[in-house]
Amino acid sequence: MSDKKNGFSVTVRVWRQDGTGEPGRMKAYKVSDVSPDMSFLEMLDLLNEDLIKKGEKPVTVESDCREGICGCCGLVVNGDVHGPDEHSTVCQLHMRRFRDGDVITVEPWRVKSFPVLKDLVVDRSALERIMAAGGYISVNTGAAPDANAAPVNKDDAEEAMDAAACIGCGACVTACPNGAAMLFTGAKISQFALLPQGSPERQRRVLSMLEAMDREGFGNCSNEYECEAVCPKDVKVANIARMNREFLLANFFGKAEPQSAGSRD
Amino acid sequence: MNLDAKIPAGPIEKKWDNHKFNLKLVNPNNRRKYEILVVGSGLAGASAAASLGELGYNVKVFTLHDSPRRAHSIAAQGGINAAKNYPNDGDSVWRLFHDTVKGGDYRAREANVYRLAQISNQIIDHCVALGVPFAREYGGLLSNRSFGGAQLSRTFYARGQTGQQLLLGAYSAMMRQVAAGTVSVMNRREMVDLVLKNGKARGIIARNLITGELESYAGHAVLLCTGGYANVFYLSTNAATCNVSAAWAAYKRGAGFANPCFTQIHPTCIPRSGEHQSKLTLMSESLRNDGRIWVPKAKGDKRPAGQIPEAERDYFLERRYPAFGNLVPRDIASRAAKAMIDEGRGVGPTGLSVYLDFRDSIKRKGADKIKAEYGNLFDMYYQITDENGYATPMRIYPAPHYTMGGLWVDYDLMTTIPGLFALGEANFSDHGANRLGASALMQGLADGFFIAPATVGGYLGSTKFEPASGSDPEFAETAGQVQARINRILSIKGKKTPTELHRQLGNVMWNDCGMARNESTLKKALKKVPEIREEFWSEVTVPGSDKDFNQTLEKAMKVADFLEFAELFLKDALERKESCGGHFREESCTAEGEAKRDDANFSHAAVWAYSGEGKEPALHKEPLAFEHIKMAERSYK
Repeated sequence: MSDKKNGFSVTVRVWRQDGTGEPGRMKAYKVSDVSPDMSFLEMLDLLNEDLIKKGEKPVTVESDCREGICGCCGLVVNGDVHGPDEHSTVCQLHMRRFRDGDVITVEPWRVKSFPVLKDLVVDRSALERIMAAGGYISVNTGAAPDANAAPVNKDDAEEAMDAAACIGCGACVTACPNGAAMLFTGAKISQFALLPQGSPERQRRVLSMLEAMDREGFGNCSNEYECEAVCPKDVKVANIARMNREFLLANFFGKAEPQSAGSRD
Repeated sequence: MNLDAKIPAGPIEKKWDNHKFNLKLVNPNNRRKYEILVVGSGLAGASAAASLGELGYNVKVFTLHDSPRRAHSIAAQGGINAAKNYPNDGDSVWRLFHDTVKGGDYRAREANVYRLAQISNQIIDHCVALGVPFAREYGGLLSNRSFGGAQLSRTFYARGQTGQQLLLGAYSAMMRQVAAGTVSVMNRREMVDLVLKNGKARGIIARNLITGELESYAGHAVLLCTGGYANVFYLSTNAATCNVSAAWAAYKRGAGFANPCFTQIHPTCIPRSGEHQSKLTLMSESLRNDGRIWVPKAKGDKRPAGQIPEAERDYFLERRYPAFGNLVPRDIASRAAKAMIDEGRGVGPTGLSVYLDFRDSIKRKGADKIKAEYGNLFDMYYQITDENGYATPMRIYPAPHYTMGGLWVDYDLMTTIPGLFALGEANFSDHGANRLGASALMQGLADGFFIAPATVGGYLGSTKFEPASGSDPEFAETAGQVQARINRILSIKGKKTPTELHRQLGNVMWNDCGMARNESTLKKALKKVPEIREEFWSEVTVPGSDKDFNQTLEKAMKVADFLEFAELFLKDALERKESCGGHFREESCTAEGEAKRDDANFSHAAVWAYSGEGKEPALHKEPLAFEHIKMAERSYK
């Protein structure tokens, strides 16, 4: 139980930046009494508690559920997006991965489309705008047929679920040398393309979401597969291939008009 | 305080339909003239915003996160109930209604619960239409599984990520309305107070978490969809930012707070490992479909699980509750585990856990099948504990999870303040003293997709509004009070961090008002909490300025509210001298140690009204009548 019994010390080098557009720098802090059972974020909590007590500004860092599903947290730890563990968010990284005396470098997502807001927190609202461009099926509440009216092939449903598991953390964009959001966008397009419910608006969806992606300044895919490697939910690059296929088909047969103007008219 | 629940007349099956017919409508062309403020973007908030936006109202959604998709509904794992009876195992609206009222230990309002059961089927239809990838059978139809408190399979699920998939469904429906221009998302904003004008809720003060500015927003109705307050225990399964502040602000502005002591302690959580712990991680109740819960028969048996022979294991849930076995409701499973631990039969290095063992189902079904159903949960368990749940039994311990108490609402989900609605976990209504598994998602979406769009419209259509804008003096005055509180926090510059004080509070709440409570522990806690509160206001330290992205200040403001709220929680627990559901008063139990209700004296919702700072809150009661479900001792044997 006692933290002190197996406690060890590490040095964290953390990115400090007061606000968007301000100059930033790495700053080193020593953290003692680290327990191997602590999560990485709990180690940063320990650091912050210490800084607050000294009257210094703690490191601003985003996290919420701390069980790997909300997508809030996202740090580059020693150059690894979400840390060294495979297919994991940084909140699930534990200090048993580190040794006494380790120097750990902690940086925010560094992506043109995700400006730093403060220290380790970035603005990912560009992803919201991609979602608003078509990441949905246009049905109003109350209009749905019985849930079992349309059977869905189990394998398709499973594959749609694999794609839908995306937590919107932005790790894929961070890992991509081109800063592309194609895994994020491709996952949403795939989820709906695989399901019969998503079919009626598949063409306008892919055209509109890709247009939004470009508008937000995200890059394009050059088959590095870095996104898949760091994705905490193991979302596959096959989703990008499916998106490209959808895009091709939509260009041949689709309508490039903007999304429906909603229900007001 | 007027506690007229406004339950519609007529037979229970017809109440909701009749009521919808009687509610005033707002002409489609007039809807855009109404501004609706939705606070919170979880299942209840996102679904309400989507549906109200589809109807053509102007909706603003406030979330303290960078994206509405981060709300803690995302973490719900196991599933969502509905009375579809797809498995042909005898389900019906009536049975879901019955199970939910019984599961809540007869402390919920019958008419509300019936409506919830009725709407449950529409929710599944709508979510499938939204593209939620529910689990399916090979024939292409939807799959179901069992959850606690039910003897049939009515739970729909998307692996162990049902909450995530439902929230993303509601969120995407809302983002469609963002594109349509009816909904705007105000992200990274936290509601810090409610603004009343002429007795009606007419707006909120929100703190912009990046700039620190206090912003005023006016509207015709305010919907609080702000979740539960289990973080009053410091350690809970809730996300770090879950809080009571919005509901507490509403209470201090005149909204009744009902049954604050009704808390759900979830049995299957990963045990804590040390003082550093910042949260407790839940593992889905669905694990109890295939996992068997046990402890050694002998006290202090320190052998590894694998070396304890079958005859020396006590599968205590199966032994005590043969009819429901490992699938008894959460309150009962948690208390049974606590009883074993109190007897000295707990396992693990601290003795504060029990086993959840998959050995037999792996033998019966094969490891692949278990992995397919629960793989993500086993992975999560491994990441946190460094133990392989397939090879050795998992260790679990109960943790605060969900709060059945909340703002009192009438049948329309309106609080005692006109124009202020509360949806989802933030209200008190449907789960009584204990919520059944897979019912929170159902309630959040029922409130947001189907109930609020009708009842909020009814309120708007039948109310005359004076003009209101953020520049009205009421807004400036409220913002001034918030600013004064912030200034006071910043000026203390003491020696303790907000987290330390929060942990102190949590220890008191867990030890004295956790899984079991009695008069003496509650009175002790009622002495300690005001002391911690005093310590907060003399010793807290918050570096930096309020006009900045300042997470320590955010935390301090939440802790300040928890420290006030905790006292009401304890008072409510002290006042309710019976045991019911998750509220276990040690003075009130049967010879077998089960919770014993006192229907003669406590068949009511306890609703507390704020009387001013430092003054005793007033207790009001909404009597509960059970005309359709016979009240009985809740037995799962």
